[in-house]
Amino acid sequence: MLKITIDGHTTEVEEGTTILEAARKIGGEIVPPTMCYYSKLKGSGGKCRTCLVKVSKGSENDPRPMPKLVASCSTPVQDGMEVQNITSPEVLETRKAIVEFLLINHPLDCPVCDQAGECDLQDLSYAHGVDTSRFEEQKREFDVIDIGANIKLHMNRCILCYRCVYTVNQITNGRIHGVLYRGDASEISTFIQNAIENDFSGNVIDVCPVGALTDKTFRFKNRVWFLKTMDIHRNCPTCAGRAVAWMNGNEIYRVTGRKDEFGEVEEFICNECRFAKKDVNDWIIEGPRKIKRTSIISVNHYEKLKQGAIINPVDKKIEKPSEI
Amino acid sequence: MSHENKIDHKLHEVTAGEVRFSDETLVRVQAIIARYPVGKQKSALLPILHIAQEELGGHLSADVMNYVASILKIQPIEVYEVATFYTQYYLDKVGKYVVEVCRTGPCAMCGGEDIADYLERKLAIKTDETTPDGLFTIRRVECLGACGYAPVMQINTEFHEFLTKEKIDKIINDLRAKAHEDKPKDAKWVEKFF
Amino acid sequence: MGRKILLDKIHIPDIQTFKVYKDNGGYASVEKALKKMTSAEVIEEVKKSGLRGRGGAGFPTGMKWSFLDTKSSNPRYLVCNADESEPGTFKDRYLIDNIPHLLIEGLIVSSYALGANTTFIYVRGEFKQQIGILNRAIREAHENGFLGKNILGTSYSLDIHVQAGGGAYICGEETALLESLEGKRGNPRLKPPFPAVKGLYGCPTVVNNVETLAAVVPIINLGGDEYAKIGIGRSTGTKLISACGHINKPGVYEIEMGITVEEFLNSEEYCGGVRNNKNIKALIPGGSSVPILPAHLITTTAANTPRLMSYESLSEGGFATGSMLGSGGFIVFDEDACIVRNTWNFSRFYHHESCGQCSPCREGTGWLEKILHRIEHGTGKLSDIDLLDSVAKKIEGNTICPLGDAAAWPVSSAIRHFRHEFEFHVQNADIVKDIKHGSLSKYLKKNFSLNSIY
Repeated sequence: MLKITIDGHTTEVEEGTTILEAARKIGGEIVPPTMCYYSKLKGSGGKCRTCLVKVSKGSENDPRPMPKLVASCSTPVQDGMEVQNITSPEVLETRKAIVEFLLINHPLDCPVCDQAGECDLQDLSYAHGVDTSRFEEQKREFDVIDIGANIKLHMNRCILCYRCVYTVNQITNGRIHGVLYRGDASEISTFIQNAIENDFSGNVIDVCPVGALTDKTFRFKNRVWFLKTMDIHRNCPTCAGRAVAWMNGNEIYRVTGRKDEFGEVEEFICNECRFAKKDVNDWIIEGPRKIKRTSIISVNHYEKLKQGAIINPVDKKIEKPSEI
Repeated sequence: MSHENKIDHKLHEVTAGEVRFSDETLVRVQAIIARYPVGKQKSALLPILHIAQEELGGHLSADVMNYVASILKIQPIEVYEVATFYTQYYLDKVGKYVVEVCRTGPCAMCGGEDIADYLERKLAIKTDETTPDGLFTIRRVECLGACGYAPVMQINTEFHEFLTKEKIDKIINDLRAKAHEDKPKDAKWVEKFF
Repeated sequence: MGRKILLDKIHIPDIQTFKVYKDNGGYASVEKALKKMTSAEVIEEVKKSGLRGRGGAGFPTGMKWSFLDTKSSNPRYLVCNADESEPGTFKDRYLIDNIPHLLIEGLIVSSYALGANTTFIYVRGEFKQQIGILNRAIREAHENGFLGKNILGTSYSLDIHVQAGGGAYICGEETALLESLEGKRGNPRLKPPFPAVKGLYGCPTVVNNVETLAAVVPIINLGGDEYAKIGIGRSTGTKLISACGHINKPGVYEIEMGITVEEFLNSEEYCGGVRNNKNIKALIPGGSSVPILPAHLITTTAANTPRLMSYESLSEGGFATGSMLGSGGFIVFDEDACIVRNTWNFSRFYHHESCGQCSPCREGTGWLEKILHRIEHGTGKLSDIDLLDSVAKKIEGNTICPLGDAAAWPVSSAIRHFRHEFEFHVQNADIVKDIKHGSLSKYLKKNFSLNSIY
C-alpha cells in the first residue's frame, strides 16, 4: 500500500491508484473536480485540466516537488507523496483559468439548456469561475443536429471531453461518431449522415458533462429541479434495469442511469429503459433517490454559501446550508 | 484559420459507388500493411490514405475512406477522424495541381504573403478555390520546413523555392503547358514514395 | 573553418548513393559497433559523448536510452522523428537530401544499441521527396547486407521502414508521433507512462530526432570521449543550425557548439550578416517556439559576456533576458521587421496546429491569435496587451504537451521585449492597419526614442 497526503488528509491506496481516486477515497471538499475523467471509461481523463493539482513532494524516495501542476486523474500515487489541491493558491488560480478557457467559446445559454441544474460546467463555473468575461470575440458556432432518433447534439456547448466517444467504444459495438477535425474547430460528428442507433447509445447523454448531448424525449419538458427523483427498476432483457425516474406527480418525465456521488453512472442502462418506458406502471419504484450534488436539483432551492467557502462541485460539502 | 466564428463542416455523402485500387496498388498496400505487427494494421492508415488520395480521384471522398476502412478492417469513423485531423488529406475535390504556399513567419517576412496574393491574382481565384479548368487549387499552408529558401511553395510533390513573381509566372505557365501529362516525374534520387 | 563531422562529406558527388558513401568511409560505425562492441558499450559511448537531443528539448540522449525498459518481454522500437515542422527549422530535411545514408547508418547503430529489430522513420507528409530518398537509401543498404537478417554475418537483424505523416506539426511531439504511427489522430499521450516504458504498440520505445541519430555515427567512429571534446561545457559536439530570415546567406550550417552568435551571424562562413546592410532588430535562436531576443541581448548576454551558440549560453538569463537553443532554427529580423505581425503569425500557426485535445491549448491558442489579430489590424486596445500576457501565462505549463508552452513563449517574450511596438499598433490604428511585414520602422523611429537601441 502507498501512503499519500492530500491537503493534509492521509490515506493508503493500492499501487497504480491515481491521485484523484485517492482523493475520492478521502472524500469531501479536497476531491478535485473533473470534466473529462470518468472512472468507468478506460482511457478517459487528462484532457480538461480541471483536476490539476500540485505535487509538493514527489515520494518518500524522491521528495522533490513536481515542476508543473499535474492532472490528478492520470498521475499515479507514489509512496509518501504529498499533494495540494484546495490548499494551493496556484491550483485554485489555474482552475479559474481553466474555467475561463472552457467558457470562452461556450454559449452560456443555460436559460434554454436542458442540462441547467445538473451541469458540471455550471457547477464548476459557480465554484471557480468569475462573473465577467474577458473574451470579446464572437464565439464559435455550430448547427444543432440530431445524432440519432432520441439524441440532440449542441456542439456549441461541447467541451470535447471525449467521454461519449469512449462510451460507445467501450459499451457498444460499432462506433459511428467521433471527434473530427482539430484544434478549436474539433467537433463531435458522424462525418456522413448517420444516426447513433444502438441499444446503449443513450448513455452518451448521461456521461456528457454539459448540455451537448441531451435527451430529445425530455427536451424542454421540464426543469430538472422541479422533478422528484426516484430509484426504479424493471425486469429488462437488455440491461440491469436499474435506473432513476425524474417525476412530477405520477408522471415520469425522463429516465436516467443512477449516478454516484461523483456524478458517474453506477450502471449503464439501455435505450428501451431510457427512452421508451415512461409509464409509471413499467417500473417498480423503490423510493426517493438522494442526488448528492451541489446543484440546486437535490434540494430544490438555492443555498447560501458561506463567505469564502470552497465547494466541491462533485461532492457537495457546504457547511450549514441555510435557505435564502 | 479564418476569423469567421461559424464552423460549417458539412456532412459528406456516401454514394456507394464502386471504388477499388488497381491490382498493382493492392500489392503495394499489402506490403505496407505487412510492415506492422499482426493486429496493428491500422498503422498503415496514413500511408494508404496518401495512396488512395493519389490514385482514387485526388481527394478522399467518403466512399474512398470507407473502402480504406474495409481494407484495414477498421470502422469508417476511425478513418474520418484521421483524415480530418491532418492537413494533407483533401476532403473535397481539388485541382490537378494543389499549390500550397507557405504563410508562416520566416516565409511571410520574406514576401510569402505577397507571393500568395500574386498567385490569387494570376489564377483569378481565392485561396481554397480551384480554377474553372480544374488545374489549380491554391492553399495557404503553415510551415513547409524550407525556411532558408523562403518564400516557398509546394505543388503536389515538388517544392519551389526563393519565389518571385517571375518564377511564379514561369512555374504556372509550364504546368499549364504540360497539364495533359501525368503528375511530375520522380526526381533524381527518388524512389516510390510510400 | 569549423570542424564538421556530420556534413563533412556532402560536397562529394553522388554521396547520396550507397557506393560512394561506403567508399568514403561510410558505414564504418556499423562494422565497428556490430562486430566489436556490445550494445551496452555503444550506449556507454553515447553517454560519454554528452550528446543531447537535437530536436529541441536537449535531453541527454544516453540517459534517454538508458530509461528503455529492458526487462519487458515485448519487442523494443526505435523511432526516428523526421517530422520536422518547427518554423525556422529545416536541417533534417537538408541532412536527408544531402547525405541520407548517414541517417541510415546512425539508425542501424542506434537500433543495435537499443535492441530494436524494427525501426520506423516518421517523416512529415509534405516531405515526399525525402521519403523517396530514404526509401532508396534503405533499399541500397538492404542490398548490401547492412539491413535485413543477420547484418554483416552477425546475429543482429533489423528492418527500417519509412512512415509518412499526414501534415500536423503536433506529430513532432514524441507521443503524438507514436499515436500517428499507430494510424490515429496526433493527440499527445498523457505521461507517465513514458515511451521508454510504453511507447509504440505499448512496447518500450525510444524516439529520437534525425540529427541526434546521425550524430551517433561520429560518436562511434571517434569514441564518446573524443566527441565530447568538441563543443563547450555540456553542449558537446556539433549542431546543425538552420539559418533564415533577413540574412545574406540563409541555409543549414554545421557549427561547433560554443562559437559566438556574433561570428555565426556576421561571418562569411555562416550567415554573412544581415542583408541589405541593415541592422538587426531581433533574433529567434531556436525555432519559433523559443523566446525572441532583442538586439542588445543577441551577441551579448545581460551580464555583458559574449553570447555563444550553446544550450547554456543561449538560455543564460532565463526567459527574462535569454532564450533557448531549441531545434537550432535561427531566425533573424532586420530593423524593419514588424514584431507584432510576426507574433500574430506565429500565434496563428500554433492555433492552427493545436490538436484540440486539452482545453488550455485548444481555447487559449485561438484566443491569443484573435487578440493579436485585433492589435495587428488596428482594432486593439492597450488593455489587450496585458490580456495577451495573462492568457499566455495561463496556457503555459498547464497543457498535456509542450505545444501550449510553445504557443505562449513567443507571445510573452515579444511583449517583454517589444511592448512599445504593441503599444504603437494600438495607438496608431490608422497607420498599422495597412502595414504588413517590414515597413514599420520609419514610423517607429519617429515615435519612439527606444528605437535607438536597434
